Amino acid sequence: MDSATYIAIASIITSGLTMAIGSIGPALGEGRAVATALTSIAQQPDASATITRTLFVGLAMVESVAIYCFVVSMILIFANPFWNAAVAATAAAATAAGN
Amino acid sequence: MRLSPDQMVFWQSGFVKLNGTIVFTWALMAVMVIGSILVTRRLSNEMSRSRWQNLLEIIVTGIQDQIKEVGLKHPETYIGFIGTLFLFVAVSALSSIIPGFEPPTSSLSTTAALALSVFVAVPIYGIAERGFGSYFHSYVEPTFVMLPFNIISDLSRTLALAIRLFGNMMSGTMILAILLTITPFIFPVAMSALGLLTGMVQAYIFSILAAVYIASATRTRKAAPAKPVAAA
Repeated sequence: MDSATYIAIASIITSGLTMAIGSIGPALGEGRAVATALTSIAQQPDASATITRTLFVGLAMVESVAIYCFVVSMILIFANPFWNAAVAATAAAATAAGN
Repeated sequence: MRLSPDQMVFWQSGFVKLNGTIVFTWALMAVMVIGSILVTRRLSNEMSRSRWQNLLEIIVTGIQDQIKEVGLKHPETYIGFIGTLFLFVAVSALSSIIPGFEPPTSSLSTTAALALSVFVAVPIYGIAERGFGSYFHSYVEPTFVMLPFNIISDLSRTLALAIRLFGNMMSGTMILAILLTITPFIFPVAMSALGLLTGMVQAYIFSILAAVYIASATRTRKAAPAKPVAAA
């Protein structure tokens, strides 16, 4: 197998694992945050506007980690510099062999 | 598969490229500016107003209340900047309903530009409110050792702003594109609705975070006078 195949295998496996493992932590954290927010809204319904706003800001912060993992995964699939370099190298080798 | 509207090129001459991001941003600007001019041509103070004026008043007073709740005392100074951030990201997310339109915030260039404008605006508002010395003194605030960490936190929260908005918008459009090739009709409609919801939430988050950063930069430490608890 040539290096382009190795790069493809590594990129595909890594991008899948990145998304799978990287979304466990944020999902657990967001679940706990929402559960605590619901408890405090039940205890103090007057402050529910403040609690909701703070909850959303906190959820966005936690969600950012999952978004970083998603961006890395997308880069590995669609904008992979190693794959592009390998493809360019094989194309150059093919034109050199053909000439 | 296209990762962002940067790769849709409408016109090109030399190195000047008119790509999808620029054209969609211009379209959004035209719609918002011309719409506002048309609505505010005849503002009325009496009981009967046009419904568009009512809508704009609801939006403006809503943003003002949010800015006041974050802790900025005079929202008129900041509503131009923060309100524009919210409106641009919100209208860009809402317009993804229009077929063929891709929100310009789904490109890292637009979100990086918005995050950079927040990064520049925070010191400007801080210095305008507190003066040079007090603002730069806040960087060494707890101890002098915290100086590099404060600077790094400034840079990293700017980066986080850009990537958060880009990731949310890009994932919305990409999931829709992938689902359309798998299961037509019902499931993509549900995902499109979810994309609208996350777009509005991200617009709110972006502007509220900008307001929080500005509030922490303009907060002056004045000893609050202790009020007596019970007037005996």
